Amino acid sequence: MPIKIAVCVKRTPASTSVAIDAAGKVQTKGLPHGINPFDEYAVEEALRLKEKLGGTVTVVSAGEAEAEEVIRAAIALGCDDGVLLSDPAFAGSDGSVTASVLAAALRKAEAKLVLFGKETTDGASGQMPAFTAAWLDWPSVIGVRKVAAASEGELTVERLMEDGVDTLTLSLPAVVGVIKEINEPRLPSLKGKMAAKKAPVTKWTAADLGLDAAKLGAAGSPTEVVGLEPVPARPAGLVIAGATPEEKAKALVEKLKEAKFI
Amino acid sequence: MDYQLTETQQEIVNIARELGEKKIKPVREHYDETEKFPWDVVEDIRKADLFGVYLPEAYGGLGGGNFELVIAAEQLARSCGGIALSALTSSLCALPILLYGSPDQRKKYLTGLATGEKLGAFCITEPASGSDATSMRARAVLDGDHWVLNGIKNFCSGGEVASTYVVFFSTNPARGNRGISAFIIEKGTPGFSFGKKEKKMGIRCNPTYELVFKDCRIPKENLLYKEGHGLFVAQGTFDLSRPGVGAQALGIAQGALDETLAYTRQRRQFGVPVSSFQAMQHMIADCATAIEASRALLYSVTRAMDRDLGPATEKAIKEGITVADAMKALGAKRWTKESAMVKVLCSDTAMKVTTDCVQMCGGIGYMRDFPVEKFMRDAKITQIYEGTNQVQRNEIGMAIIKEAAAGAVREAVAA
Repeated sequence: MPIKIAVCVKRTPASTSVAIDAAGKVQTKGLPHGINPFDEYAVEEALRLKEKLGGTVTVVSAGEAEAEEVIRAAIALGCDDGVLLSDPAFAGSDGSVTASVLAAALRKAEAKLVLFGKETTDGASGQMPAFTAAWLDWPSVIGVRKVAAASEGELTVERLMEDGVDTLTLSLPAVVGVIKEINEPRLPSLKGKMAAKKAPVTKWTAADLGLDAAKLGAAGSPTEVVGLEPVPARPAGLVIAGATPEEKAKALVEKLKEAKFI
Repeated sequence: MDYQLTETQQEIVNIARELGEKKIKPVREHYDETEKFPWDVVEDIRKADLFGVYLPEAYGGLGGGNFELVIAAEQLARSCGGIALSALTSSLCALPILLYGSPDQRKKYLTGLATGEKLGAFCITEPASGSDATSMRARAVLDGDHWVLNGIKNFCSGGEVASTYVVFFSTNPARGNRGISAFIIEKGTPGFSFGKKEKKMGIRCNPTYELVFKDCRIPKENLLYKEGHGLFVAQGTFDLSRPGVGAQALGIAQGALDETLAYTRQRRQFGVPVSSFQAMQHMIADCATAIEASRALLYSVTRAMDRDLGPATEKAIKEGITVADAMKALGAKRWTKESAMVKVLCSDTAMKVTTDCVQMCGGIGYMRDFPVEKFMRDAKITQIYEGTNQVQRNEIGMAIIKEAAAGAVREAVAA
């Protein structure tokens, strides 16, 4: 039976090495951007579910106007349409508030199954699937490595845990966060890319979603990023010299003792 | 260099490049080593819609021309010249059918080739007949409603894996040049089998086979164009197909230089990256200059060809005639000289650049763990097939002398 699937994607810098300016903000202007790599797995899984169950896949992205690029990139792979959530009032929203925007949009789009990637390569909070499910008051599972069974009414998934795998069944509507072990994303086709240029992408603002501006943006967010610092460079390694393996092993043991590892 | 590609052309480049990076690079060494045909990558190329970029929309293609073919081939070959050939051999089968096929033949054969569901191959060579096609011995004899084929063809690129073959036979040995005809033959036809598989220096994932014909009967309508016009079909095809070899060569050159730049920038000797040595920089500069010059010629010639090919194809489809006849009716010129120039320049560039790249990478460049030596092995064939570069130079020289003679006549008349 056909099902209305939504997949949430984010436009992120193509590189993880970015500068932090004097004001403590990450500088990403002018850098090449693309679809968040983790979201590619969610798009792929959404397309596979659509191929299996029938229905449609809507791409949803919150961001500035440029986010339309990644929506079209996902449509080029086979998604049907897209929704861009863009409003100056959204700027500076934290995870919870961004999720409230997504939740309002997903409800308006009448999605029955929502897929997310594990996390984004920029913010990397990994909170979005759970927050969004909470706002929607829908069941959710994150860390999904396999969709074992799917029907119009429910989904059975395998969740990867540190000590094994849980098999869980969710009733729809539901939110699922997938990990990269789940599939191998397809590449776009030429005809897909050409069609994506003409595909419908709807733009929704806070007003379209009936959201209260006071509860949006940095001011409406309960959390605040108070500082950012670059990851320290990895210290240079140490090459243990020695003429023979025995000599090297001896030197290594000395070093380990010195560092009180043994 | 901005070659002012259209949006669609830029997408072809982007898609072929991404496919090369993600699907070809990780497996190119494996297929070179095992000499197995890369069916999984062929499937990726098919799904990306790259097989039919140069074929008319009427047959399931994208509606582009030779330019679209070469920009796609260049990007695929940038990752692996051998794997790129799996798509290019199909184009060498589709082009003669597009140019000389009847409307029925075009519809019947091009549709599968445009989607990539079927692969194609082309074979004119025989053990004793290479550059001199008139010496061919394989015979086709008309028997009622069938042609009966006998003989051995060899060095067929894409042999065995292809479904559709364009093959040349002598239909009248007494007539020499005018005694050769082209035929379309499908794999599985009784009497058509595959002989020896060649072991090659490069492009090793692409199978090169001997084709064996033993009382192979094909329907009369499988004759491509007219009886006795085979050599004309072959030459007309090569006029438009040689840029494909040029694109493969150019991609190989660019791919080798990409790898070499990455390596020489990180390889340190005497405390600095080896790319900081002027001796190295001059070699890099020469390689990059030769590549850009080759690309400029390849792109401008294929664009010029398409200005003839596009309207001729449209006319041929509308009027139910062959594209070759439509080109003639529209007064299109022969592209022999320019296509030979493209092939010579791009393939000589590929050989020179890949040789220099191995040199710049030093010892590691010579090792099979490192990709550059494969580019050098793959480059060599581009100076040989679809007419050796010596034959190309003959064509160019002859064309230039003819042009000069025609000019001299004109001057004499004017005087």
